[in-house]
Amino acid sequence: MNIPWLTVLGLLPLAGALLLVALPRTAARAAGLAVSLLALVLGGWVVAQHLAGAPLAEQVPWIPQIGAYWALGPTDGLSLTMVALTLVLTPVVLLASWRDEDRRGGASEGVRDAAAVRQREQVLVGAGGPERPETVGAGAGGGATATAPEQPRRWSARAFFALVLALEGFALLAFLTTDVLLFFLLFDAILLPMYFLIGAFGGPNRRRAASRFLIFALGGGLIMLASVIGLYVVSARAGEPSFLVADLAALGIDGEVGRWLFVGFFIAFAVKAPMVPVHTWLPDAAEESTPAGAVLLVGILDKLGTFGMIRFCLGLFPEASLWATPVVLVLALVSILYGALAAIGSKDLMRLVAFTSISHFGFIVLGIFAWTSQSMSGSILYMLNHGLSTAALFLVVGYLVKRRGSRSIEAFGGVQKVAPVTAGLLLFAGLSTLALPGLSSFVSEFLVLAGTFSRYPAVAAVATLGIVLAALYILIMYQRTMTGPVTDDVRDHVRSDLDGRERLTLAPLVVLIVVLGFFPAPVLDAVAPVVGATLEQAGVTDPAPSVEQEAN
Amino acid sequence: MEITPPSLEYARLMPLIVVFAGACLGVLVEAVTPRSARWPVQVGLTFLTLLVAGALTVSGWSAGDVGISALGSVAVDLPTYFVWTALLVLGALSLLLFTERRLNGGVSAFAPQAAAVPGSVDEELAIRARTEHSEVYPLALFSLFGMMLFAAAGDLLVMFVALEILSLPLYLVCALARRRRLLSQEAGLKYFLLGALASAFFLYGVAMLYGYAGSFDLAALDAAISAGQQSTWLLLVGMAGVSIGLLFKVAAVPFHSWTPDVYTGAPTAVTAFMASCTKIAAVAALLRVFYVGLGGLRWDWQPLMALLAVLTMAVGALLAITQTDVKRMLAYSSITHAGFMLTAVTGASLSSGARDLSSVGATLFYLVAYGAASVGAFAVVTLIRDRNGEASSLDDWAGLGRRHPWLAGAFSVFMLSFAGIPLTSGFIAKVSVFESAWSGGYAWLVVVGVVLSLLAAYFYLRVIVTLFFAEPRPRAAAVTADAGTAGPDVGPSSGAEPAGGATAEAAEPGTGALSLATRRDDAAASAEETSVTSTASRPELGAGEVGVGRAGVATYAAVAVAVALTVVFGLVPGPLLELALQASVFLR
Repeated sequence: MNIPWLTVLGLLPLAGALLLVALPRTAARAAGLAVSLLALVLGGWVVAQHLAGAPLAEQVPWIPQIGAYWALGPTDGLSLTMVALTLVLTPVVLLASWRDEDRRGGASEGVRDAAAVRQREQVLVGAGGPERPETVGAGAGGGATATAPEQPRRWSARAFFALVLALEGFALLAFLTTDVLLFFLLFDAILLPMYFLIGAFGGPNRRRAASRFLIFALGGGLIMLASVIGLYVVSARAGEPSFLVADLAALGIDGEVGRWLFVGFFIAFAVKAPMVPVHTWLPDAAEESTPAGAVLLVGILDKLGTFGMIRFCLGLFPEASLWATPVVLVLALVSILYGALAAIGSKDLMRLVAFTSISHFGFIVLGIFAWTSQSMSGSILYMLNHGLSTAALFLVVGYLVKRRGSRSIEAFGGVQKVAPVTAGLLLFAGLSTLALPGLSSFVSEFLVLAGTFSRYPAVAAVATLGIVLAALYILIMYQRTMTGPVTDDVRDHVRSDLDGRERLTLAPLVVLIVVLGFFPAPVLDAVAPVVGATLEQAGVTDPAPSVEQEAN
Repeated sequence: MEITPPSLEYARLMPLIVVFAGACLGVLVEAVTPRSARWPVQVGLTFLTLLVAGALTVSGWSAGDVGISALGSVAVDLPTYFVWTALLVLGALSLLLFTERRLNGGVSAFAPQAAAVPGSVDEELAIRARTEHSEVYPLALFSLFGMMLFAAAGDLLVMFVALEILSLPLYLVCALARRRRLLSQEAGLKYFLLGALASAFFLYGVAMLYGYAGSFDLAALDAAISAGQQSTWLLLVGMAGVSIGLLFKVAAVPFHSWTPDVYTGAPTAVTAFMASCTKIAAVAALLRVFYVGLGGLRWDWQPLMALLAVLTMAVGALLAITQTDVKRMLAYSSITHAGFMLTAVTGASLSSGARDLSSVGATLFYLVAYGAASVGAFAVVTLIRDRNGEASSLDDWAGLGRRHPWLAGAFSVFMLSFAGIPLTSGFIAKVSVFESAWSGGYAWLVVVGVVLSLLAAYFYLRVIVTLFFAEPRPRAAAVTADAGTAGPDVGPSSGAEPAGGATAEAAEPGTGALSLATRRDDAAASAEETSVTSTASRPELGAGEVGVGRAGVATYAAVAVAVALTVVFGLVPGPLLELALQASVFLR
């Protein structure tokens, strides 16, 4: 029997989300985790099929009148890398927010008066303790619970799990699809679960941050919609209208039309990625959302931007992409440096991580638009690695913030003496972010820079500054929060190290970061064909290594 | 002189005849049936009429029975069949809202006696006697007949007659609200005066076009334009007059000013009927006049239409942002959507192949998508109430999503469809109209439309934010004001209820609010009504409390069908789009 496995893979989490709404509250979390693990297994099987040389593909006419297809696959290295990242991060995120979402959203409302907090806790321990065994057990959640009544009511954990699964399903389909209209549809649809994840579960200013996120994303999406409509017109004039990437690429859209359409797509992806100057929504959104929400936002959702650049900007408009390269490279450099500098200047932990992401997205875009096979493979690998290391960083920071009850860097100090495992994992995630050799990000960052250097040495030289700055923002942050004498506030609040569940969420990320750091070859081999095809379509060949000859 | 009787294609025209006959029978029912039986008889008759007419339409459509009928005055072609079906289905959905009586404590949402002055003794007597205007059903059927004829008219004079047939009953039912009667009467009067003015323009334009072409027939007009032997100013003035009349009904800027007041003042069920059906009929007639009759002048009217489309989208969206009342916001949204449809009309792109988009097909799809979501949205508006009736202020809706997630979810679906967010029919509709506009060479119009879509999306999403994230605001001022006037009338059961005390009860499924006292206009009557309808077993909505009224099956059915249509046409738009595209060539 011919089972459309890719459709099943994409619809499984969506069906799971619906199922969760119907299930009783108590069973919802376990069911959600089970669905995400099932999707992970199924995804592993799909990847195995691809590696065995039988890529899956499905194509059914969806709206024949406008040439839209329900087209998933054929799978390639790019789509499967992103699918794998999504599948891995979702169960991790679900497990990480196992306990939080009923009462509070993790990141809280900044530095508070320690005395007031202590007073509140005494009240809690005296009066509210027995009724809330789960927070008493942790010993640290008390301060957090006390503030819950003052804030607007949050939604249930069941809603959180359902939204995460819906987001996973949309993301999987978006990464797998090869139809432009279907991609656009999912690109916009995925905003809804994300919007509710920020708006219903985040910090005190979450509603504003969520609205800002949505307006930016919808704005970018609508600009892209104009280009999508333009694509339809171009393909309809060339004969049968079709939204299939393969058909559109065969048209060889170039000239002025191609450039306008390219600009529409690129703006949407730049907003999503996000690049300076359309990045302003990300720090707010990441700051106000829960750590789990931030992981999904930066780790998966934003990848749609860079994914789209490779698949649609370069794939459909190679000529226009080459035309735009100088501008894009400058924007990428600005993103790298601005993100890094802003991260150094951040006083808020979540915001800091968000700014590091802007810097890293700059590297990814740099690699994509440097037009060498090395740099583009590096970018795709970077997308995977950035997802893993940022997820680890957000989660550790989230655990810390939950204990301390503040996101402010100033509120911490000497944590490593109180919670050594937390501190160690923070350092590990931080080092992975700054691309320490031996950890996965190093390989990708090196490939991006090396590839860029072979074509644009000056650009690569400036971009290398980003690495230096990365070391600064991570290490300064570590120094300020973890080292030094233990402050009173930290001693009062950070009363426990990571528990088993929290360690379990980080374990797969740590393992993957180390394994990919030493052994990135499978991923690089898988993405090589995509990169080769993209470059070939644009008529670009790798520059010959001319440096040594000149040196002779 | 020998007179040959005109031959009429009765079989083909049967849907029109059935609706008209049903309306006439309805008048007869008013005359012969005892008062107590009128309401059920009228409801039965109306829906039977719609069912028969729908069946005849579908059978004629599937048999492909097309042709210019009734001596060239009615063009029964594929677009006509599509529009008729859409009108009958959406008309039936809106008429379901007309039948709602449970929500108002056993009486309809229409005035007990329209002739009685608001607040007078006569009115009180009518309320006590529990009289009802079951005439609304024949009126709605007459109006629906006018709409069907309007969309099918192949002749400008018949079109004018149809315009009047559809408008006059609407003017009446607009003024028939039970609550806020003065507002409602103002709405009816405004609609009538402005509508009469627009009709006059239309008629004047028809006269000019007759002068130009020597015939009322649209095909003859087209032929005359191709021949081009007459003075152009007759043609241009005629076109201007006819366009004004049509654009008024479409609610395009600058002929939109009646829309907000009329939509707000009219009974919500009537608003739903107008927003969906009148819009369909008017846009269909607009398409027919401009594509069949004035197709030869394309190059002249396209730039003007593009300008109107931009103005309509921009004014509608900008003013909608400033609204604080949901019903009024939906009225401005209706203007905005007229603008989106005009982009497709501007494009005037014809399908080059069988699998290609055309302006007519895209517009027809848009009409159905918009109409279904509109009926649903207004149906939800009828459900959200406080003790005085519908509570349509946006502030009152804050936080309803928590207490009534299903209803708020349904309303969100409609808002998302209006905003053109994927997975709803509104998205496909928007993509289609923009694609046909671009195909017609109006790429800049699409870019402007996309930017204004974002503006429009803002206010639709704001409603969702209010529903789900905003905290309910205490309506302290309103509570005290109402308590002063309504307190003695409503009796002890509700007077003593502390504000906010009923929240928990309202959250329980099935025990939500009920029994809503009348508006201050007819506060004198509220004692009587409340005593009839409220029993001790039903918890009363506290003063100033907003909740979901307990409605009959009909309203919920309308909401459910509208949600289903919106989602299904969003996920699987192929079949409907196919029908709309097949129906994209007018017979001349």
